[in-house]
Amino acid sequence: MRPETESELAELVGRHAGPLVVRGGGTRGPATAGAVLETGGLRGVTLYEPGALTLVAQAGTPLAEVSALLDGEGQRLSFEPPDLRALLGRRGESTLGGVVAANASGPRRVQLGACRDFVLGVRFVDGTGTVVKNGGRVMKNVTGYDLVKLLAGSQGSLGVLSAVSLKVLPRPPAQATLMLAGRSDAEAVAAMAQALGSPYEVSGAAHWPGRGTFLRLEGLPAQVEYRAGRLAARLGGQILSDGPWDAIRDVLPFADLAGDVWRLSLRASEAPALVARAGARAALYDWGGGLVWLLTPPGHDLRAALGGFAGHATLLRGAGFPVFHPEPPAVARLTRALRAQFDPRGILNPGLWAGRDADDRTGAA
Amino acid sequence: MEMPAPDASVIGRKTQIVTRLRAVLPEDAVITSETALRAYECDALTAYRCAPLAAILPRSTAEVAAALRICHEEGVPVVPRGAGTSLAGGAMPSADAVVLGVARMTAVLETDYANRLIRVQAGRTNLAVSGAVEAEGFFYAPDPSSQLACAIAGNVAMNSGGAHCLKYGVTTNNLLGVTLVLMDGSIVELGGPYMDAGGLDLLGVVCGSEGQLGVVTEATLRILPKPEGARPVLLGFGSNEVAGACVSDIIRAGVLPVAIEFMDRPCIEACEAFAKAGYPMCEALLIIEVEGSPGEIDAQLALVRAIAERHHPEHWREARTEDEARRIWLGRKSAFGAMGQINDYLCLDGTIPVSELPRVLRRIAELSADYGLQVANVFHAGDGNMHPLILFDANKPGDLQLCERLGAEILKLCVEVGGCLTGEHGVGIEKRDLMGVQYSAADLEAQMRVKDVFDPGWLLNAAKVFPLGASAARRAKAGGLPPSP
Repeated sequence: MRPETESELAELVGRHAGPLVVRGGGTRGPATAGAVLETGGLRGVTLYEPGALTLVAQAGTPLAEVSALLDGEGQRLSFEPPDLRALLGRRGESTLGGVVAANASGPRRVQLGACRDFVLGVRFVDGTGTVVKNGGRVMKNVTGYDLVKLLAGSQGSLGVLSAVSLKVLPRPPAQATLMLAGRSDAEAVAAMAQALGSPYEVSGAAHWPGRGTFLRLEGLPAQVEYRAGRLAARLGGQILSDGPWDAIRDVLPFADLAGDVWRLSLRASEAPALVARAGARAALYDWGGGLVWLLTPPGHDLRAALGGFAGHATLLRGAGFPVFHPEPPAVARLTRALRAQFDPRGILNPGLWAGRDADDRTGAA
Repeated sequence: MEMPAPDASVIGRKTQIVTRLRAVLPEDAVITSETALRAYECDALTAYRCAPLAAILPRSTAEVAAALRICHEEGVPVVPRGAGTSLAGGAMPSADAVVLGVARMTAVLETDYANRLIRVQAGRTNLAVSGAVEAEGFFYAPDPSSQLACAIAGNVAMNSGGAHCLKYGVTTNNLLGVTLVLMDGSIVELGGPYMDAGGLDLLGVVCGSEGQLGVVTEATLRILPKPEGARPVLLGFGSNEVAGACVSDIIRAGVLPVAIEFMDRPCIEACEAFAKAGYPMCEALLIIEVEGSPGEIDAQLALVRAIAERHHPEHWREARTEDEARRIWLGRKSAFGAMGQINDYLCLDGTIPVSELPRVLRRIAELSADYGLQVANVFHAGDGNMHPLILFDANKPGDLQLCERLGAEILKLCVEVGGCLTGEHGVGIEKRDLMGVQYSAADLEAQMRVKDVFDPGWLLNAAKVFPLGASAARRAKAGGLPPSP
């Protein structure tokens, strides 16, 4: 199914009986079973005001089309959505709606915020086929509940996005990367904390074991030069004109290696100790250590190896475990009840939150 | 302002309810005397008042949970209260409600500079959060004008902003986690010392839910390293249009100032008369502030100046000293005080697309003339969050109502041009009945379903945010809940 308008989408969802697999470009979401509902037919940027830093587009609009349009005006999506196709062995084209539904954010999340922080408004079709809008296209909006945040990262499980409006930002004219060599994981995380705790507005802080620790600076040329110099004076290292930011964003170090891939969100300073007990083949640290990608032997029970910690582990590539980290019962209850409210028939990506889904529809209906 | 009739059966059980609350709370934490309750009649929207049944001031999450459990069992409405600085009536009680104030919960629970976060009890004031980390060179970014008094609990409830959110974002962008007590007394941890949600972003929907989903007792907040320095410039323009165009050009140029504030002529005149900050008399003033080292500031301001000169400003004053910087901000910061000296005023809070500034300001001037009420505009221009101040005389019969009608017209205008009713103050009771201007019945229904999940009995702050007609069936069901034995 590939509706071309929002009303077609609403009609399709409303009259469909079985499970639906909600799909943007199919480049990043977990696999579920059912009839495929593609949003790619809902295509086009409907409003772009560079002077107001806002863009509104239909959910199926390809990310590449949006990026090219922004690039022409010297602007960009500052949350740097990752392209995980190589990592996950997917084809297809990322859509704006898919990016928002996955709350997909890259290295700059550590400074400027996640995808969800740049979504100003959404339109979506809930599980009953009703069109709902929330938020709008202005920077500050506290009118009613913030369903925008709820939908961002909901993986299509509360509704099918039909349109999104985003805050965009100018692309700074200059950048530089400070590379530190030979740091252990713990030393690297400490150095990144020092950099992120400085007034130099570090817009990327990543540690690629064996390759180096990278700190990105962006801004006016005079700013970047000054800040890179100050950071180098504190931390040592070498100033490069660019760093491997695309590779870090897209987790390319693991793309050609066999094994499961996990994504950990955690307290940065706890990352080295957790990685040490993870039983992983390789690790890649982003967000100053607050995000860790792990490559593990296939079928390795990472969550059991880690034990309890403040954060969560998501299985991006591999099988045998729930994709999403089990939530505490009180939170899981709220999640179930919300899904029952927005999708009472349980047709949107059922099985997505596997491990919790068995009682997904019975808990609060 | 219409409010639902209080539940007589709850009021009739006051003694029993208070006795039960006293059993789980310290003696001084339950307030019932008529004089003491007067402090809880309203928040900063003082035009509307109502004394609550009682007020409670718990000191811990456990005490909040125990008190809510009792109110839940007794079917008593609860109105959470931070510091009572809401301009939207978010903390205004009803006669059958218990006000739950978090003012005694002010402790810092954890500071973690390596991970740049702080965990506080939610009654701590906004400024005291920055105060706790200042010595280490950090600050908490959202800075509502009331930051000296307002509590983090209220900031989370209203998703508060401030003058510097152009660069640093609003509360939701700086909030990592909360401890939330639901109406039934259960305690939920949402988020934590990490950057993103593992499942649905429940934290995101709790922030800005105006105390309708639960009571926030603790919060984990992002703290940021303080910039090396900051410097404001003052620019004067011959018309609002030109000033608006200049704002738009600066924003898209790649230099993102930390603040861009806008004042129109009526506001400039009032502020100048009040604060004598030495503002030039012109049609529109901008205050633009940039941050960094002295050299970085020079580089940014050179760019701002080059852009501004294309718009032929009548006036450019760059602060060269701390004192000059203070004087540039002085007039802006005293704007509300200046207006208060002239007359009573209603402060609006709509947001519009920045590109619509000139048109909206023109239309506000026309409406002001039609209604015969003066309007002064002072606002965060960088993000389009307007604060038209409508002057009226509270002692003149009918003037408040006239003022509210003009306010509604202006907010409708904001929505019409692609904006919204409220950018940072919240809906509360003040804009509740205008929600239908921005949202359809289905849009509101989707939001109310979220409340159904968190507070199925609709006991928490239930007469706020949603038009009474829209929430009537749900509230009636709640009112019909039999008191538990």
